[in-house]
Amino acid sequence: MMRTIKRLLLPTYLGFGLLYLFLPVLVVILFSFNDYQGRFNVRWQGFTLEHWLDPFRVEEIPQALGVSIVLAAVSSGIATIIGTLIALALTRYRFKGRSATNVLLFFPMATPEVVLGSSLLGLFVAMGTGAGFLTLLLAHILFIISYAVATIRARMVGFDRHLEEAAMDLYANEWDTFRKVTLPMILPGVFAAFLLGFALSLDDFVVSNFTAGTIQTYPLYVWGAARRGIPAQVNVWGTVIFVVTVTVMLLFLGAQRRRQQRLGLT
Amino acid sequence: MTAGVAAPPVVSPEGTEQAAKRRRRVPYLLLLPGLAYLFVLYVVPLIALFRMGLQSGNLVSGYEFTWEWDNFVQVFTTYRPQLLRSLLYSVSATVITLLLGYPLAYAIAFRTGRWKNLFLVLLLVPFLIPFLLRTLAWRTILADQGWVVEAMKTIGLLPEQGGRLLATGWAVLAGLVYSFLPFMVLPIYVALEKIDRSLLEAAGDLYSTPSTAFWKVTWPLSLPGVISGTLLTAIPAAGDYISVQLLGNPQETMMGNVIENKFLSVIDYPAAAAISITLMLAIVIAVIFYVRWVGTEELVT
Repeated sequence: MMRTIKRLLLPTYLGFGLLYLFLPVLVVILFSFNDYQGRFNVRWQGFTLEHWLDPFRVEEIPQALGVSIVLAAVSSGIATIIGTLIALALTRYRFKGRSATNVLLFFPMATPEVVLGSSLLGLFVAMGTGAGFLTLLLAHILFIISYAVATIRARMVGFDRHLEEAAMDLYANEWDTFRKVTLPMILPGVFAAFLLGFALSLDDFVVSNFTAGTIQTYPLYVWGAARRGIPAQVNVWGTVIFVVTVTVMLLFLGAQRRRQQRLGLT
Repeated sequence: MTAGVAAPPVVSPEGTEQAAKRRRRVPYLLLLPGLAYLFVLYVVPLIALFRMGLQSGNLVSGYEFTWEWDNFVQVFTTYRPQLLRSLLYSVSATVITLLLGYPLAYAIAFRTGRWKNLFLVLLLVPFLIPFLLRTLAWRTILADQGWVVEAMKTIGLLPEQGGRLLATGWAVLAGLVYSFLPFMVLPIYVALEKIDRSLLEAAGDLYSTPSTAFWKVTWPLSLPGVISGTLLTAIPAAGDYISVQLLGNPQETMMGNVIENKFLSVIDYPAAAAISITLMLAIVIAVIFYVRWVGTEELVT
């Protein structure tokens, strides 16, 4: 009896843990169907499909979401390219200043967002540039780079360097070796980094709050709306983001798995 | 290495030397764009912020650089409550998150067998709902007439009259713990996953009880994960201002709120800059001591 209880303790805890993690998700989705009166969508008042049938009613939301998606794609794309180059240098070469580079990469991740955001705003103020899409883009690239390097690196550590050496022995030059051997090997890591960066950018509020000027991203819209009452369309679009990102994540993991099985890595 | 085993490839010495030189340059060329970017948009802004923290003046007449160290003194006098509250919230949130997160990581690493990946995905999936919406959802869950508050009143954890969770420190802690739980669980999971299972069997063979085996084998080997996890929780928690704003009492703010307010509403740049730099330095110093104390250098590399 005692043994059974002991054995079930951890799985039960895990179950409750997951329930706790999913609770706010369920609330967000549920309240996209709430037939609420007045401005505040905080008490459950009955089921309706009204908000789902009219997702564009509050024009600011799809607009802000559009800005967020473009910003996420561009900033994560650029940060991933920069991050790939750094990861290549750190995993494939020994050079002076390697540990200093590691420290410099670690720091932005260890800096609270409010400090990152305010230091960037400080710079833009000092330089007299206004804030807008460009400053937002520069800021997002900055906070994605370190995560991109970490992600790509984690995938590169296990790779067989002999393949690259073999290509070089067969008279491939550095560029051909990179294009035909290295790149295909690291591509899943690069793609994972891009997805992570995209998600980080899409969800960022704090840094954007400091560097956006009058541009409105989706999180900035939600923040502004929180004071005057959030329309249920915010929940509708939040649910859409959730479903789309979960699907992309599962597709990516599935593709990874098939690739590993094909290459006999598992 | 023995002479005469194989003839060296026939390449002119100048050629190889040049190739070697070019090869030595490659890593620096690869690093150049990234490091230049980090320098211009991370190092320079922090220096600019520090400089701004030493300015005096006001918005109307403009700010001037006057070595105004008083701005930094103010951080420890005028803003002492916020400073202490940030520290308190950050430390409590980290401890609670560790206590809740370690068993979760342990359960996933040791008890889920071939479903491991599924559970990892389940752990991360909730965080694909936008962060602000999640925090706002907690406002709904912890609301005054909500079922959580009602249930707590029924079992006597909250007073019947005027008992509430929203706008208290507990709600802020709940928000912080929730936000950072996966940042705690993932690194601990990775560390636990790496542990060689035969070590635990060996401990068992040597008549150690499960709890001794845990404290002598599992726990020490999971420490790198615990360190990363606690840092990934404590640092952002110290700078947080969303949880306070959305869940807490507007009178009981943290450092992050003061920075946000001074920078974006009151427009008192020097004060905001001084607080921001102090927060950053406090974190750097705390991290150095913490990592020394636990004794790991793996973190950075």
